[in-house]
Amino acid sequence: MERREFIKKTGQALALAAVTGGTGLLFHNRQVSHYASVVAKTSDFTVAPDSSLPRIALAKNSDPIAALNYALDAVGGIRRFIRPGERVTIKPNIAWDRTPAQAATTNPHLVGEMVRQCLSAGAAEVIVTDISCNDPRRCFIRSGIRQEAEKAGARVILPAEDDFVQINLEGELLTIWPVLKHFVFTDRLINMPIVKQHSLCACTLGMKNFYGILGGRRNQLHQQIDQSIVDLAGFCRPTLTVVDATRVLLRGGPQGGSLDDVAVENSVICATDQVAADSRATEFLGLKAENVGHIVLAEKAGLGKIDYRSIGYKEVG
Amino acid sequence: MTIRTVRNLRRTCQVIFFLIFIWLILKTNFEVNFTPTDAAEIRLPYPVSIALQFDPLVALATLLANGTLYKGLLWSLVILIPTIFLGRFFCGWVCPLGSLNQWISEIPSERLRRKDDRKMESNRYKKYQRIKYYILFLFLGAALVGTLQIGLLDPLALLARSIGTVLLPMIHAGTSGLLGWVKSFGITPVSSSAQAIYNIIAALLLPFRMVHFHAILTIGFLFAVVLVLNRVFTRFWCRGICPLGAMLGIFSRFAIFGLQKNESTCDQCHQCLLSCQGADNPDVGSVWRQSECHLCLNCQASCPTGSLKFKFFPNRKTSQTNPPGTQKVDVSRRKAIASVAGGLALLPLFRSGDAFEVNANPLLIRPPGSVPESDFLARCIRCGQCMRVCPNNALHPTLLESGLEGIWTPILIPRIGYCEPTCTLCGQVCPTGAISELTLKEKVGDKQTPPNRIGTAFVNRGRCLPCAMAIPCIVCEEWCPTSPKAIYLEERTVYDRQGNMVTVRRPHVDPDLCTGCGACEYACPVVGKSAIYVTSVGESRSPDNQILLQKKGTKHDVTRTGT
Repeated sequence: MERREFIKKTGQALALAAVTGGTGLLFHNRQVSHYASVVAKTSDFTVAPDSSLPRIALAKNSDPIAALNYALDAVGGIRRFIRPGERVTIKPNIAWDRTPAQAATTNPHLVGEMVRQCLSAGAAEVIVTDISCNDPRRCFIRSGIRQEAEKAGARVILPAEDDFVQINLEGELLTIWPVLKHFVFTDRLINMPIVKQHSLCACTLGMKNFYGILGGRRNQLHQQIDQSIVDLAGFCRPTLTVVDATRVLLRGGPQGGSLDDVAVENSVICATDQVAADSRATEFLGLKAENVGHIVLAEKAGLGKIDYRSIGYKEVG
Repeated sequence: MTIRTVRNLRRTCQVIFFLIFIWLILKTNFEVNFTPTDAAEIRLPYPVSIALQFDPLVALATLLANGTLYKGLLWSLVILIPTIFLGRFFCGWVCPLGSLNQWISEIPSERLRRKDDRKMESNRYKKYQRIKYYILFLFLGAALVGTLQIGLLDPLALLARSIGTVLLPMIHAGTSGLLGWVKSFGITPVSSSAQAIYNIIAALLLPFRMVHFHAILTIGFLFAVVLVLNRVFTRFWCRGICPLGAMLGIFSRFAIFGLQKNESTCDQCHQCLLSCQGADNPDVGSVWRQSECHLCLNCQASCPTGSLKFKFFPNRKTSQTNPPGTQKVDVSRRKAIASVAGGLALLPLFRSGDAFEVNANPLLIRPPGSVPESDFLARCIRCGQCMRVCPNNALHPTLLESGLEGIWTPILIPRIGYCEPTCTLCGQVCPTGAISELTLKEKVGDKQTPPNRIGTAFVNRGRCLPCAMAIPCIVCEEWCPTSPKAIYLEERTVYDRQGNMVTVRRPHVDPDLCTGCGACEYACPVVGKSAIYVTSVGESRSPDNQILLQKKGTKHDVTRTGT
């Protein structure tokens, strides 16, 4: 063997050995992060209180749009809540593949009217979205919400996997959860629940509606349903809660299905106090808010008042 | 029209039919376009399984197995009757798997660059090409006694199944994985252009949500073998295996169109053999085989002396140097009979085992509207269209859940996806009526009509949180879609380990109301093995697979099952 060849071959072997060994050493016990980064963001979209105005108003009218407008005007009108150029996210309940008449999802005409109101107040963009339980494509269409909201000029978004951010909710129970970004990266949040019976927490109203901002294993929240609702309501402070009580689902909730379980109430509540809104709404179901675990807990946590009459409750329409 | 024009026409046809086939599979998808009225029934805008209904083999085999030509299967005559006159034009001009095989065969390789005897010889008729006839006879024999196995190797069912349950989901997983990897570098222009490319792919090929299918390794393996064999033998599948090709070969027995060879002008250059796709001996000097010819016309187009011509009523006279072509199929009668006999024996082989009824898998939940199991196995061609169209990824190919007899037939796996109550898409796309087409009313029922049931849910009290661990839950009740809910609650005061009193509500299933949709099992928060699960008992299609003495809404259709 020639010297040149000896050096060359040994050199190649040594180089490969060095790369192999080096790679092993480089990756030995390397810490690999498996967790997505957590975004720090609060979700407080409230407006400054105005003592001259009621914090909750209920309007009764057979025309749901008129009812909404009466109630909205009573709490100060849309321009109190939406400033020109703001981005607004509306959170209706679009959880199930049910028709509007079955009263498992928010009245689509109310959602449409709310979109129009926001746009008329100069909102730059109005997003309507929810994280459905059933196939969202079905829920958004069957509920009539996609059609009505788009007609009114909203951007209706079916959540995609990329649309979630990991957020620390800083609750008693709920900490880091995937949240749909449209509910936090926005300027104003309007919660639009519908009034429904629920076998575990008695009722599905405004605060419970925020289950729909979460991804992940949210079906485990039932294990401590009251605290998890309060944690979510403490994180999500909506600008306005608009409760759809035009139809109320008395039994078989939250999904319903039978028209026999639906009562027509023709009412809409607008409130800046979400506990008061839920408190008033429980009456449609024949419940007392004092007996509803999560509402009591929410008041204790300082999120609002159960005694809605003490904060200037007004009935209009 | 010159022969080269005709050949280009054939190539265009192949591309068009291939694209139509793919397009139909892509459209076998829940299209979001319906009016949200109270009676809204979601219907697919296109007859997406039409390609499978043009398949004469599916038509013949299902006719033998269940005695009817279902819905659009009459279309298969559009292929079959011209074949009687022309020969296997379907293989060379139409069949999407044939075209795919041909294109893969034609990718340049060391093997194809050979211009010598070895390539010529590889394109000569070979004895192995008889195998496809025996496969056909075997499957037809099986169909005759009511076990439909044709779907395993029918080219259109195989291609639809492979693309729908393996290839497209692989593309989805692969491209989105790649996108995530590219994005992980955090370089904004790279990420956004990758996203733009992904969006184009998604708009063209990918469904709304990523699907995950059971048992796809076996389907993918067969598909890969079929494709890879083209690199060893040109169109090996079409020449040697394809039972549809065999059937069309047999039906070209009396063809009036064929190849006429002129031995006086032939200079024995053998260009024809080099380009032959069917290995049917187009050269002067050997017996041309009508039943093997795909009518690709390459031989005529490549012949420099014009000695080969396809024409009606070709001269079949023999001469000293040129034997006549033959329309006879090269199979031995004895082996053909043996194949049919083997097929007949398949039924007792399958059914004397325990998988069919005696010890049927309780987790074998068939799609809503499925016909009784014996009829189901006489209809399902395992094309995978129901699995592809299911918006919840609930339907999957079985592996052994319905025995070897039912491999790749649909099974509903509620843990992955539940049966959407108002959805009837699987019955709409089934080309053979294994899943009958339900109206919305038949599916969900009303006060007079019972709903279609696919099974019954059971609570596993050892895992259920309120039953076993004094923890509130009842997600199952929340999700139960029937009205009134099939899951009802029993309030109980229990004590946890520390002795604290806890009030829980425990779920119970009312078997009279449960439809077996599996929404409860899907939503159950007990990760891993669900605390509520569905088995097939109570399914509408079976009078025997019942718990209750007299279950309301079960059609006791005695004549159909023969019991």
